[in-house]
Amino acid sequence: MEQLSQLLLAFIVFLSLYLLGSSSLTGCIKIVALQGMCLGVLPLTIHAEGFHPRALLLAAGMFVLKGIVIPRILKYAIREVKIRRELEPIVGYAPSLLLGAALVGVSFVLAERLPVPAGLRTSLLIPISLATVMMGMLMMISRIKAVTQVIGYLVFENGIYLFGLAISYEVPWLIEMGVLLDVFVAVFVMGIVIDHIARAFDSISTEKMTRLND
Amino acid sequence: METLKFIASYLTIVLLAPPVMLGIINKTKAAVAGRKGPPVLQPLHDTIKLLGKGAVYSETTTWMFRLGPVVSLAAVIAAASLVPLAGAPLVSFNGDAILFAYLFALGRFVTVTAALDTGSSFEGMGASREVAFSSLAEPALILAFAGLAYRAGEFSLVRMFAPHGGLNSAASTILALGSLFVVLLAENSRIPVDDPNTHLELTMIHEVMVLDHGGPDLAFILHGAGLKLVLMAGLLVRLILPELPMLGSAGSLLLGLAAAAVLIGLVESSMARLRLVRVPQLLVAAICAATFGLILTLR
Repeated sequence: MEQLSQLLLAFIVFLSLYLLGSSSLTGCIKIVALQGMCLGVLPLTIHAEGFHPRALLLAAGMFVLKGIVIPRILKYAIREVKIRRELEPIVGYAPSLLLGAALVGVSFVLAERLPVPAGLRTSLLIPISLATVMMGMLMMISRIKAVTQVIGYLVFENGIYLFGLAISYEVPWLIEMGVLLDVFVAVFVMGIVIDHIARAFDSISTEKMTRLND
Repeated sequence: METLKFIASYLTIVLLAPPVMLGIINKTKAAVAGRKGPPVLQPLHDTIKLLGKGAVYSETTTWMFRLGPVVSLAAVIAAASLVPLAGAPLVSFNGDAILFAYLFALGRFVTVTAALDTGSSFEGMGASREVAFSSLAEPALILAFAGLAYRAGEFSLVRMFAPHGGLNSAASTILALGSLFVVLLAENSRIPVDDPNTHLELTMIHEVMVLDHGGPDLAFILHGAGLKLVLMAGLLVRLILPELPMLGSAGSLLLGLAAAAVLIGLVESSMARLRLVRVPQLLVAAICAATFGLILTLR
């Protein structure tokens, strides 16, 4: 189980790196969906006693929401936008990949210094959650299209979820549901906003929003 | 007697495995495309035919041009003596992984200088592309080697590429494997980095550098390229495949090589060559994967 969770965590970082280097919008949405599914399965592999109904229910909720529903909303949001690619990001793809790798290194160093409970010192959860958070932030600030920024936000949130998974052995049910609902609403609103931006400006590039429009 | 047998099997692998592996790749691609394809031994016949021919040298070339194929083949053969092909390598010492990487670099250097020596701008373009891409492939190779060496506790190819037990280090092994596989595709100019079948096309990388070589020189280059593929694939095979009891070490390696050839053939028939501007991105991704694998092992 321990090995399986390590593999999953490595895969999650790999997916975040892939997102940093990928230009296709639909491809990005698929990858973030896959990452959400991995996150849904992850708690079951971490806690050995993870098979009681509550954990299963949470995992299923996470899986369905982050792996299926949110990607659907995003796809719906970009259905009328003709641009399928993020063409000119502020930071190019190869540099942002290298930056991502550097961030992974930084987060491993940071995690060693962090005063965490002794049991977590050897776990990969903390460094990988930090890395995912930072890569999500990098994606949010370095991309121009609104959809890719939303995807960055989702990656960011996935990182926070990982961190929560590390520090609280069993997240209270209510908080977990609340967080999931928050993310859901946020993405829902962003999807509507993207749709409106696309209608008003004929593009989802956030750079154009600094100009006046009637 | 044992030593004789060992050296004989080593020589057989060095001489015969490259053309056969190329033949299997071509056969796989033909099978996927629904063709019959050339016989598996066709590359071997080509090499023998080329060896029997005379060579034509352009008047603008100097000794550099003639040096290229010989030195590049010699460098790859020297690298072959470090790789455990028949159970154990001919030579092994702590740090031979670095020598391995630099022998490849030496071979590339002489090929590039020979290409520049022709004075053809077309070959110069190929040379600059080859150098640009290999400057990205090399860090990935070295980083992946570093991760494996840290785990093995020794910088020698035999220890680094011994099959490691169980799932204990599965994540870092997979990352190292992935980045080394991309390096293998890039170093041996296979799809998606380069297309070995295109000639006289403006996007090709490796083939353009060897256009002016003919006869035995071309045979040396072709055999050297095939041997390079065998060496890298052989290392990867050793990392995954434990020794199969009934086949012996050389036998299981050959089986693994055949499987790797089929895998490369499948990769080549399932995807198109990447656009030239996307190739560095792929190699940077390999660097990232290798770095992440190194970080995972360092913990």
